[in-house]
Amino acid sequence: MVGPYPTCGDAVVRDRRRNPEESEMELATQRAPDPVGTTPDPVDVGPDLADIDADLAVEMLRRMLRIRRFEEATIDLFHAGELPAMVHLSIGQEAAIVGACLATGVDDYMTGNHRSHGHPIAKGARLDRLMAELLGRADGVCKGKGGSMHLADFSVGSLGESGIVGSAIPVATGAGLAADVLGDGRICLCFFGDGAANEGVFHESLNLAAVWRLPVVYLCENNGYAVSVRADDLTSVPDIATRALAYGIPGVVVDGQDVTATYRAVAAAVARARAGDGPSIVETKTYRFHEHAYGLKLREAYRDDAEVGTWSADRDPISLFTARLLADGRTDRARIDAVRAEVDVEIAEAVEFARRSPYPEPTEAYRDLYHEPEGAGV
Amino acid sequence: MSADTASAPARRRSAELGFLQAIQQAQQEEMARDERVILMGQDLRANVFGAAAGFLAEFGPARVRDLPLSEAASVGMAAGAAMAGLRPIVDLTVASFMFGAMDQFISQVAKSRYMFGGQARLPVVYRQALYYHGGTAAHHADRPYPMFMNVPGLKIIVPSNGPDLKGLLKTAIRDDNPVLCFEDANLWGRRGRGPAPADDEHLVPFGVAAIPRAGTDVTVIGIGGGVKLALEAADQLAADGISVEVVDPRTLVPMDWSTIVASVARTGRAVVVDPANRTCSAASEIAAHLVEEAFDALRAPVLRVTTDDIHVPFSPALEKQIYPSTDKIVAAVRRTLGER
Ligand SMILES: Cc1ncc(C[n+]2csc(CCOP(=O)(O)OP(=O)(O)O)c2C)c(N)n1
Repeated sequence: MVGPYPTCGDAVVRDRRRNPEESEMELATQRAPDPVGTTPDPVDVGPDLADIDADLAVEMLRRMLRIRRFEEATIDLFHAGELPAMVHLSIGQEAAIVGACLATGVDDYMTGNHRSHGHPIAKGARLDRLMAELLGRADGVCKGKGGSMHLADFSVGSLGESGIVGSAIPVATGAGLAADVLGDGRICLCFFGDGAANEGVFHESLNLAAVWRLPVVYLCENNGYAVSVRADDLTSVPDIATRALAYGIPGVVVDGQDVTATYRAVAAAVARARAGDGPSIVETKTYRFHEHAYGLKLREAYRDDAEVGTWSADRDPISLFTARLLADGRTDRARIDAVRAEVDVEIAEAVEFARRSPYPEPTEAYRDLYHEPEGAGV
Repeated sequence: MSADTASAPARRRSAELGFLQAIQQAQQEEMARDERVILMGQDLRANVFGAAAGFLAEFGPARVRDLPLSEAASVGMAAGAAMAGLRPIVDLTVASFMFGAMDQFISQVAKSRYMFGGQARLPVVYRQALYYHGGTAAHHADRPYPMFMNVPGLKIIVPSNGPDLKGLLKTAIRDDNPVLCFEDANLWGRRGRGPAPADDEHLVPFGVAAIPRAGTDVTVIGIGGGVKLALEAADQLAADGISVEVVDPRTLVPMDWSTIVASVARTGRAVVVDPANRTCSAASEIAAHLVEEAFDALRAPVLRVTTDDIHVPFSPALEKQIYPSTDKIVAAVRRTLGER
């Protein structure tokens, strides 16, 4: 089924540790296109894949496709009236998510936000149980009690997504603390948006993680907007990663449409974290192709159709990466087509699984409040 | 081992146990028993608040941590650490400081287990003093436990004496759920002492009320420092031949409804003493519950002796009058007996 990709992240981490200079990160070592208000760079197939293992490269594509197809399926379900609520889509942001998750191991922790589907998918969670959760079914990963904004799958290290913007940032910090105290070698990957970086807990958590040198990678998916507000309207700096300076930790900006760029930057941050050198910020400049939430119609236009069109035509992370894979030569069209076909089947099966799954029994609403089985009686 | 160390537990047990010793002992014993238990708080390593003497030396800096002035991150971080295998105790010092972390308490600490369908386990304890009645004014003197009673997913303990505090805190540290421990600072010093428990496995179960004084005419249910006031009022009323039963729920979530209802069923009258603000207080919840579940037994309205709905003023001349007092309890008991 949807088995997590084995050790690719760890392999790179080990390499990096042997050569510590390589993992040194400096602010803005890599320039990335600014998502807001500018025309994206001309189409560029990107750097070659020489240092990326062929299987890993295919896995990157597979996981990006899973996110894309999973969310396209939710669009169909939305129009069919089968979704109980709106969904916040990550379409357009797949490279940032997959690059980051594949740079961590299956035992590593992860927290996320309201744009909640891509993170557990990239971490290797079962698609069918995620889809069942979106439909509010009993086999949902949270038994139908979390829903689209709050997916969690502890079996792949996902400690949960959060609908209260920024509120999972301290939780990720705590997972890093536990890993540090228990010495189990894990790290925590913390996804958040540019909007979340203005919440107070962001500052508190980064300071705390930095003074305690906790093994946490703070991964900003800067898609240029918080709902309708351009990041540069209400955020004091163009790059969230520059805030790393304030905490005395590395901050790096990468092209979030380039899966290997995110992968390399996060792998370096993970190596640093595992070596006991503390947290980092990796900021990925990315873009959401759909509305803030699918089905949400905002009355006033806040971004150009042309801007959206340019990004989706020229900076689609999946098209860009597919082109690179073909150019690379270690992978061919047949293998890519096979991966696409496999993912399509997985998604179709996930939707069917979700549809077949019953709604939870009414008594389920009264379970899981407390850990004791008798807890519901409290 | 020297004779000195060997006799230490014995010496300890012969003493009366106050609040600070109770906290010190509970935390020390549980940290020694389970190395996943860690202790965090502001100004903790220097033992500024007096309940962590020797902890840094005994347990080391990884398990005994000073926190920055970051209440929200501290509260959420402890929750994340609990989900990832630790059993943190967070000393938030003054309960008013919880307000800066309300989102974390509610959105993360209380909801994570439920929202994720039972995947999360949150063995974490938050300790905070109810620091009122001392001229600290409105910013330090809140008694916010009823607000948290309104949030499912948390357990809430409000001990009224040192031995209970020790036993409840040890139970809290072993519990796999988030527990909020409210320590009524009016019981610090001699006022909250009680006989030291004989054994180190002294655990007070949650949801089991104590009846520190049996009586037949009126049940007075006390919360935290309200228990001591209720006992004093009971002494006064006994001189007039009025027999008061005092019930101490000890934990507000879970609440020992059966003991409370049974007591009121015997006496037919109830007064609830709660240092919290009146509206939506723990007293309000208990009164409503008694009306629903013990209406037939009631021979008089259930009365609440609470703090008036006012912020805490600074001047002692203003502050003292707003809280429950022995006199107010005596008057309420007399009213339930039809006296004016
Ligand atoms: C505390 C809080 N305030 C406001 C909201 C409403 N809200 C939901 S998503 C969002 C924007 C978040 O922006 P960002 O962090 O950049 O993430 P993005 O949606 O762009 O992925 C807002 C304001 C919320 N859910 N939580």
